[in-house]
Amino acid sequence: MATTEVPQGAIGQRKIRKEDPELITGQGRFIDNIAVPGMLWISIVRSPFAHANIGGIDTAAAAGAPGVVAVYTAETLEFAGPLVMAWPINDQIKNPAHYPLTKDKARYVGDPVAVVVADSRVHAKDAAELVVVDWDPLPAVTDIKAALADGAPIIHEEFGTNDAGDWVFSRDSPVPAKNPAGPYFEDPDLVKIKEEYYLARLIPNAMEPRGVVVDLSPAMGEFTLYSSTQIPHILRTTLTITVGVPEAKLRVVAPDVGGGFGSKLEAYPEDAICLAVAKTLGRPVKWIEERSEGYLATLHGREMYQQIELAATKDGILKAVRVNLLASMGAYMRIITPGIPMLGAWLYCGAYDIEGYDFQYTNVFTNNTFTDAYRGAGRPEATYAIERAMDALARELKMDPIELRMKNFITNDKFPNYTIVSGLTVDSANYTGTTEKLITMLDYPAIRAKQAERRASGSTKVIGVGFSTWLEMCGIAPSRVLAALKYIAGGWDASTIEFLPTGTVRVVTGVSPHGQGNVTSMAQIVSDQLGVPFENVEVLHSDTQISPLGLDTYGSRGLSVGGVALYKAGEKIIAKAKTIAAHQLECSEDDLDFAAGDFTVKGTDKSVNIAAIGFAAWAAHDLPDGMEPGLTANHVYDPPNFSWPNGSHACVVEVDTETGKVDIIRYVAVDDCGVQINPNIVEGQLHGGITQGIAEALFEEAQYDEDGNLLTGNMVSYLVPGAPDVPSYELGHTVTPSPTNPLGVKGVGEAGTIASPPAVINAVVDALAHLGVKNIERPATPERVWRAIQEAKS
Amino acid sequence: MRPITVTVNGQRHEVEVEPRDLLAYVLREKLGLTGTNIGCDTSSCGACTIHINGESVKSCTVLAVQADGQEVTTIEGLANGAELHPMQKAFTESHALQCGYCTPGMIMAAVSLLKDNPSPSEDEIRHGLEGNLCRCTGYQNIVKAVQAAASGS
Repeated sequence: MATTEVPQGAIGQRKIRKEDPELITGQGRFIDNIAVPGMLWISIVRSPFAHANIGGIDTAAAAGAPGVVAVYTAETLEFAGPLVMAWPINDQIKNPAHYPLTKDKARYVGDPVAVVVADSRVHAKDAAELVVVDWDPLPAVTDIKAALADGAPIIHEEFGTNDAGDWVFSRDSPVPAKNPAGPYFEDPDLVKIKEEYYLARLIPNAMEPRGVVVDLSPAMGEFTLYSSTQIPHILRTTLTITVGVPEAKLRVVAPDVGGGFGSKLEAYPEDAICLAVAKTLGRPVKWIEERSEGYLATLHGREMYQQIELAATKDGILKAVRVNLLASMGAYMRIITPGIPMLGAWLYCGAYDIEGYDFQYTNVFTNNTFTDAYRGAGRPEATYAIERAMDALARELKMDPIELRMKNFITNDKFPNYTIVSGLTVDSANYTGTTEKLITMLDYPAIRAKQAERRASGSTKVIGVGFSTWLEMCGIAPSRVLAALKYIAGGWDASTIEFLPTGTVRVVTGVSPHGQGNVTSMAQIVSDQLGVPFENVEVLHSDTQISPLGLDTYGSRGLSVGGVALYKAGEKIIAKAKTIAAHQLECSEDDLDFAAGDFTVKGTDKSVNIAAIGFAAWAAHDLPDGMEPGLTANHVYDPPNFSWPNGSHACVVEVDTETGKVDIIRYVAVDDCGVQINPNIVEGQLHGGITQGIAEALFEEAQYDEDGNLLTGNMVSYLVPGAPDVPSYELGHTVTPSPTNPLGVKGVGEAGTIASPPAVINAVVDALAHLGVKNIERPATPERVWRAIQEAKS
Repeated sequence: MRPITVTVNGQRHEVEVEPRDLLAYVLREKLGLTGTNIGCDTSSCGACTIHINGESVKSCTVLAVQADGQEVTTIEGLANGAELHPMQKAFTESHALQCGYCTPGMIMAAVSLLKDNPSPSEDEIRHGLEGNLCRCTGYQNIVKAVQAAASGS
């Protein structure tokens, strides 16, 4: 597929963000900056045990403490139903009812058991310490495999097992694989490898802790819930089900949200608790999470055991991939917990053109905080497994890892719309192109030469280079596909464009940006398409009263679904404006050209600007017969396919063989997310995503002791990387427009996080390969690296 | 409760505080200066970085009573009226923020860094901002912004 030029106009320009002025001057409206007169504060009493029966809860002392208005337990705070779990993946699933407050038993450290409501933050917190719970501790299990072993403590007795159900590709996938993988692994002529990896449990760490403020009109039964959430629309629907407030009486607002990364894609116990307390007391309430509290109460990501097998010819033609996963649910299934591994189900084949495919996973309950979507959700896991395994195969075949990849890529002549081995259709991609460009930028031969030189010299500072070539299904998602996957909602999104009489344009989007810069990129789209000044476009979002239709921000969908909805609303605006222009200019619509905001009669200088048409449509003094006044249009876009970005990353590390310390000395990435609306924003997404992936590979791991206590319980012990821990990245791009949507865009929000973990670990293993090291569990801490070296020696 | 007198962004305030009150909360909840964000409870993240007598400190690590008689500058006091501070300007021009939550603290720390070292290397910038965490940007454009502010471009 040809690489095309970025279109001219506002699209493609490095516009300074419209979001920034308030954020750089301290005027951001984050959740903890919101106060309502008469508001009460909520503090939540949480289980200190990972697994314990509750004999009783004595709230008397807390209720009598200074400033306390009420204390609730599961017995006294009423809910209409459990928290919503929206992805019952198949009939095998075991989904326990998860109420916001647990009644008889706590199942993880942090499980909410009581709520204290007081007149101030400190009074609520002080009184929470006075709630006395009669705990009867039980044995806990936090390791996935141990939870499946005979005699393991059972977390949900009603199931009699911690096995929460499996999902098997051949049985559950709505699209079949080209061929089952099994026969390839029986073929004596093929080379087989089998790799096992453990992906550590991660804590997302959006910089803003979560929080909820509820305002209300008791007489009208109306509630406004402010939450630091990525999903105001979905939250409104789920809260209606859990708390029983009619949906039309509930307004949900996501104010400025300080990062999400999936951790705010959730229907949390605290959202429901705050709404239920406000409803019960008839008073506004506020809850703000503390960071250490958040480490227990906010979802975790990733944890799973992976087993991946590859079958290939002796000369390196990959034939089949077979995968089996064990995934930790934690103690409960939250909004999409059981489906997260499925988001990778069609991608463990990587960007490779192969014949046989099998995949399955088993969900497992453990006594930990629930897991759910964390940046990339299922797709980083898939990329990690296949890209680590490709390096292992290259070592087995004594081939160069790049040569092996180039030999197996789906080639550009297969596009558009090539059905990959797992049955999904990739609309376009450029796997060889990004990789060739990467190799050039990297100067690969020079790095190999340097590596050889260091090894030959006997230096204790060895060099390694690791690759990761990735594809992603994002832009979530076609509603019919989601239905086939048993997800209960759709994947469309909506946008409205309205010309105001004085010439400015109001845009309302149903996505809910929280750092992605959609206010800027969407203004660029409108400016480019309708020829109105960028400065004259205002983009509104994240308030269910302003934006009644929307499905929010996750899965790299802001631009590839929300942005396309906007573009299609723009097409309707142009169509209507053209009719009015023809009426005003007394010509046929066919005689009009539209460019840079002006409708011009072909071959003349007679023209009218779209802003003037906006005024005329509003005044409605002289519109064509039967036309509705107003220049406004709405479009709800349901994408016909996912978006399929791709890229090729390389990491160069220096490893100190005496201390095990890993330094990233270069990181080069070539990505293709189709047309870039604002390259600054694209690069920013990649910088942040790559860094989060490096954090997975080298630093971050939620560690528990055998009793189920979180050992890495605050920001001192859980290592979020700082500026000195990561390098500057060298970025390159190719541009392969998506043929699925008229903007040609593909998602980029998760790209970096998908790509970087295997590139880093492959680099560390490559650096130590000459010592016999084949695997290092992530995160590759100095201790783990050092131990791997010692084990290889012995 | 005890009274303290503190000058914040040039304005003198007399406030009653509890001995255990942290300066970050007093700025936010008693003085209404919510630009200073709180991101952790262990003095790890730096979102609450302000200046006391021109030196950057994490305001969640300072008791309000310790600020008695001191000069405090917060993000709200950095611009000169409508004119942005060069570091604020550099942050927006370099796309050095995404969600913006760490940004006030990061800018305050960066201003302090350049005061101590007017032309830092990339490595010095990265180490100088070690106490301020950002989850969105990967730090690259923050480094770029500090370099831009340092060179006056």
